[in-house]
Amino acid sequence: MGETYRMSCSGFGGQGVMALGKLIVYAGMDEGKEVSWVPSYGPEMRGGTANCSVIVSDEPIASPIVSQNISVNVVMNLPSFHKFVPETAKNGIVFVNSSIISEKVEMPGVKAYYIPANDIANELGNPRMINIIMLGAILGVLPIVKAESIFASGGAFEHVFGVSKAKFIPGNKVAFEKGMECAKAQM
Amino acid sequence: MAKVLMKGNEAVGKAAIQAGCKFFAGYPITPQNEVPEYLSRELPLAGGTFIQSESEVAAINMLYGAGGSGARCMTSSSSPGIALKQEGIGYCVFGEIPCVINSVARGGPALGTIQPSQQDYNQATRGGANGDYHIPVLAPASIQEAVNFIKEAFEIADVYRTPVIVLEDGLIGQMMEPVDFDVPVKKREHTPKSEWAMGYGNGNPHLIEGIVMDAPMCEKKNRRFFKEKYEVIEKEEVRYEEYMMDDAEYAFVAYGSSSRICKTAIKTLREKGIKIGLIRPQTLWPFPQVPFQNKNIKLFIDIEMNMGQMVPDVALAVNDKNKVKFFGRCGGMIPSPEEVVEATEKIIGGAK
Repeated sequence: MGETYRMSCSGFGGQGVMALGKLIVYAGMDEGKEVSWVPSYGPEMRGGTANCSVIVSDEPIASPIVSQNISVNVVMNLPSFHKFVPETAKNGIVFVNSSIISEKVEMPGVKAYYIPANDIANELGNPRMINIIMLGAILGVLPIVKAESIFASGGAFEHVFGVSKAKFIPGNKVAFEKGMECAKAQM
Repeated sequence: MAKVLMKGNEAVGKAAIQAGCKFFAGYPITPQNEVPEYLSRELPLAGGTFIQSESEVAAINMLYGAGGSGARCMTSSSSPGIALKQEGIGYCVFGEIPCVINSVARGGPALGTIQPSQQDYNQATRGGANGDYHIPVLAPASIQEAVNFIKEAFEIADVYRTPVIVLEDGLIGQMMEPVDFDVPVKKREHTPKSEWAMGYGNGNPHLIEGIVMDAPMCEKKNRRFFKEKYEVIEKEEVRYEEYMMDDAEYAFVAYGSSSRICKTAIKTLREKGIKIGLIRPQTLWPFPQVPFQNKNIKLFIDIEMNMGQMVPDVALAVNDKNKVKFFGRCGGMIPSPEEVVEATEKIIGGAK
């Protein structure tokens, strides 16, 4: 038993990578798993890039930092691609925002999903939903947490964005499913 | 109660309110800003007073007044800010002011960096105020422990009428983990504040003093502190965790965030057949002695996010400095578990 997901979510400020990580840890906690979330808060954050380490596990979490051996590596912009993709674990999985990253992942044993998150978001008419599209892609191929734990009443979405934002859940669910379909088609 | 997910700094603020903190003064500094941010919003709602002071120096001296008037009080800062508070901490010691100092360490010296560090071990355990004194230092390694230790710190402060430091690093302050705010913390018996605090004298003046002009009296007061406070604290308040030490031949010694990195490294090292465990001091003063009397341990490997500030304490406890080795990163760098594994293999290999 016991899978441990060592996630890194990276991109530039405004892409919602911090919130993406938070959604997963809230859902994980609600499912009774051990979780941790560590943000970057240093000068790199002031410079516009942001990343967070997320661990979801059945075992107590020792070191909460995910900078090497990344098993789920979400990269939303090119600087993040160059910085974090080489740190992917053997048999790790990379989720690439292929709308703005044209590079391909070339690491033996590493599976990459290319999600044109900005394009999908623009088609849906809301460019702010790229992180939710990415979240759908991740949870479409990896059972880290259940989609219900994200969108249920009192679930992760309401925790992270506030209960007053619950009215946006249906729209976000559509984005989530688009991301999910996109990843599943590449399985 | 169910667990909630919270940033370390906010959890510290909430724990302080739960512990009955009625006064907070502080000045902003990364990476602890969420502590005053949270308390500025929540402490007034709980009937307390929040002051964003004009400086760190002002904040600690406000504690001298608030604590001296019997209020449970706290300040919070990070490394260079704690450096500024040292004089005031000395006055709180000598004036026997119960207060809690939350210290979220970052890389130094000077303004240094804003990333997590343990370079303030000496600052916390030795202190930068003048005179002979000790301050209890609690070092949590998780947000749950930070919450429990903040609550305990208020109890310890009241029992011994002393400042208490809760020493974290930027990682504990910034990360989010599930935390249960209903873990009970033992309420302690202590002298009622009405017997010594300002404003309760009823014509029988209470005195909080920072000066004792008569040298024999000053020595007497010092000796009373050592006998009635420090000796008792050394006996009663030591805390530590032993992790995978039952069959261990080697032991990491680490506290706070670096202890978590060691726990990950232990897993890898044990898979490689190296019987290694962890001694984790939860109080840095008083420093644990008992776990270091373990005769099965060939080497004690001190892992810190500094240049080895705890090594002398470990060597004294082990009573054999040849058995104490060190690896660390500093200046805001966090060692990876892989680095710790590599350094450990080198140290152990060299010892064979």
